[in-house]
Amino acid sequence: MFTDELGQGGNAAGGPDNSAGHHSGTGESRVQLITPGGERVSHPQYDAWVRDVTDEQLGSLYEDMVVIRRIDTEATALQRQGELGLWPPLLGQEASQVGSARALRDDDFVFSSYRENGVAYCRGVDLADILTVWRGNASSGWDPYTVNMATPQIIIGAQTLHATGYAMGIQNDGADSVAITYFGDGATSEGDVNEAMVFAASFQSPVIFFCQNNHWAISEPVRLQSHIRIADRASGFGIPSVQVDGNDVLAVMAATREAIERARHGGGPTFIEAVTYRMGPHTTADDPTRYRDANELEDWAAKDPIARVKGLLERKGLLTEQLEAQVAAKADAVARELRAGCINMPDPQPLDIFKHVYSTPNSWLDRQEDHYSRYLASFGDPEGANSEEGAR
Amino acid sequence: MIKEFRLPDLGEGLTESEILSWKVAVGDTVALNQVIAEVETAKAVVELPSPFAGVITALHEQPGTVVEVGKPIVSFEVEGDDGGPSTGGGQAPAGAAKREPNLVGYGAVVESSGRPARRARAFAAPVETAAPAAPVVEPVETRTPAAPVVERVETPAPAERPRSTPPVRKLAKDLGVELTAVTGTGTGGLITRDDVRNFVGGGDLPAAARALAGAGEGTAAAGGRETRTPIKGVRKLTAAAMVSSAFTAPHATEFLTVDVTPTMELLARLKASRAFEGFKLTPLTLVAKALLIALRRQPSLNSRWDEANQEIVQFNYVNLGIAAATPRGLTVPNIKDADRMSLTELSTALTALTETARAGKTSPAELSGGTVSITNIGVFGIDAGTPILNPGEAAILAMGAVRKMPWEYKDEVALRQVMTLSLSFDHRLVDGEQGSRFLADIGAILADPGMVLAMV
Repeated sequence: MFTDELGQGGNAAGGPDNSAGHHSGTGESRVQLITPGGERVSHPQYDAWVRDVTDEQLGSLYEDMVVIRRIDTEATALQRQGELGLWPPLLGQEASQVGSARALRDDDFVFSSYRENGVAYCRGVDLADILTVWRGNASSGWDPYTVNMATPQIIIGAQTLHATGYAMGIQNDGADSVAITYFGDGATSEGDVNEAMVFAASFQSPVIFFCQNNHWAISEPVRLQSHIRIADRASGFGIPSVQVDGNDVLAVMAATREAIERARHGGGPTFIEAVTYRMGPHTTADDPTRYRDANELEDWAAKDPIARVKGLLERKGLLTEQLEAQVAAKADAVARELRAGCINMPDPQPLDIFKHVYSTPNSWLDRQEDHYSRYLASFGDPEGANSEEGAR
Repeated sequence: MIKEFRLPDLGEGLTESEILSWKVAVGDTVALNQVIAEVETAKAVVELPSPFAGVITALHEQPGTVVEVGKPIVSFEVEGDDGGPSTGGGQAPAGAAKREPNLVGYGAVVESSGRPARRARAFAAPVETAAPAAPVVEPVETRTPAAPVVERVETPAPAERPRSTPPVRKLAKDLGVELTAVTGTGTGGLITRDDVRNFVGGGDLPAAARALAGAGEGTAAAGGRETRTPIKGVRKLTAAAMVSSAFTAPHATEFLTVDVTPTMELLARLKASRAFEGFKLTPLTLVAKALLIALRRQPSLNSRWDEANQEIVQFNYVNLGIAAATPRGLTVPNIKDADRMSLTELSTALTALTETARAGKTSPAELSGGTVSITNIGVFGIDAGTPILNPGEAAILAMGAVRKMPWEYKDEVALRQVMTLSLSFDHRLVDGEQGSRFLADIGAILADPGMVLAMV
């Protein structure tokens, strides 16, 4: 059984103990179905939830994880090349994102933070649309209803309220879909998340609180955020919770499926803590070496989510040259498409700003648009306006 | 065709970055996303991936220069113009209008876009009347002029405040510069930071010197008698640490000059021995070992004054700091649990530590948690000095150069290899007795390594 500094038995380094002695009824050991070495281990409760996953599906989970890592590295490079203003890397969190997103139905709805670009890929968001906002071309990336995923929320934790509200709407509709909201360890300290959990519990709404505990809220380590396991915070709200190995795609999928099933059948919300690690910087404007130990990164590199699935595929004799080639080709193609989509993205036009303010015509806005278009027209030829500055 | 890569804004709203090193040379063939340079911004040291696949034709900036965002830093010969992703980069096509697209990572376009005729700023009553073009509903405005948005009414206006930006005005104020006296070199006579700095530095500078000033390096007026260097980076941190240490810990320094000939002979024997083959043994290795042995007998030199908690922290381990002169300034990385190391382990750790420090790759963990330090001033040919304690530590030993000097040896004067040791200690934690005994022990070991048998 692998452990890390948050595992059972607590923190050897002597910091605040994040697990021992504070277990509520929901606090059980962390769910793991694949060891870091790629060995499939059985779990009495959660094996059942992934029993139907075929070898082929396992291969496609692997493919998705490789592809989103490639999206991530390509986007990071695009930022360094001046093509994107900013990018929040997800390196290391591939299993958490793919495992949970692939457990969803098309009519379920996702409310994410800004780091769930892997989830967006799994939902079928157009690759260039993922980058629109980060390139500064529009204030929103896509139509949420085409993929049933809201555009990323930048305000920490605010999306949990949106998800809970949407889930209450599902209840009113009498539908059996669910809402899932993604947030990080730091967000659990925000008022929004706590309010959302109060409402979700009170109304027993079909919402899944999916927390990716990636250990760092920018430069704030998780042990300063919570003296108990993050998952155990949920019990205070009366929300059942589970802590899973967030670098284990099958464990994440199993826990998410269990939560979805509960929500679909009137069982109310579930809180999932996926324990993972942000191996990259908070964003491309951050330098994690200033605040965290290189050894920590090394420890987590040994638990890499992709290497783990690869190991499992290898043990099962499924890691064929053909699969490797197919996955590599897919990743290359996606990277090419992403780059081309980014670079060839048309610049926004000044008057576009008036397009998405009201859904119906608005005379005040029309007049502002009219003024602004004539203001722009007053520049005439830009070269001329510049060179004859002040001459008139 | 030739493509240029202009320095992007690598953080959020950064205006400049320093090129630390080039990973490629002119003539190299590079692949898309291959790392071509290492760049330091105010926020991070990052690697720049190549935006093109092609051949490097020019590197426009030297390592060590601070480059403004948007300046070309490298040119590529890129095959054809197939418009594929590998030749992307969002550059304006050659031959297009002068107006360049405002790329995402480059901030607002400063010069190329058209802007309405700028009105003169005036402190007096408005001297111009502007009317929005063809208002539809506003009843007050009746005139609807066409293209010229601004009409200038010729009235004698008071002197206009010279054009500049708020940070520049702040800089001028801080430096006591009257902006009316400065000639602006920016767009439309805008006064830039460089203009203000140059004004202070003594008049107009040649372009090269101005570039240097812009690079944040020392600003030297041509023939000027002063050079002004902004305090930043490692220098700033070092200064803060030194000041805090020097003015919180009462330093006492002792000196001891030792005949280290036996140690140098031992060093030669060890180097020749099979057991140390492949290990890099230096006088520092043996001095470090001697210090670690002496520390066991005087543990108070390995402690910390905890002012906040009014406690003395006695370390039961030794994290041995080694002051290292790196390209980016002084750092004191430390070897964790050095007291438990054998001589070979210590040698390996010292080699690794210095190499990491020289490469500028020392991690925060390696820099924190030191308990006692050594500084090797001997490599600079210096004999002795008053080392300043690394903050939070009780002692620091400076080892001087090993010199051949006439010295008393067996009641006669002989040419011996002699080294001076300088020990500073925090007098709050260490009394003269402990400090002296500690220094004497180290000296005894170096004068006669066999003394170790009597100490451990």
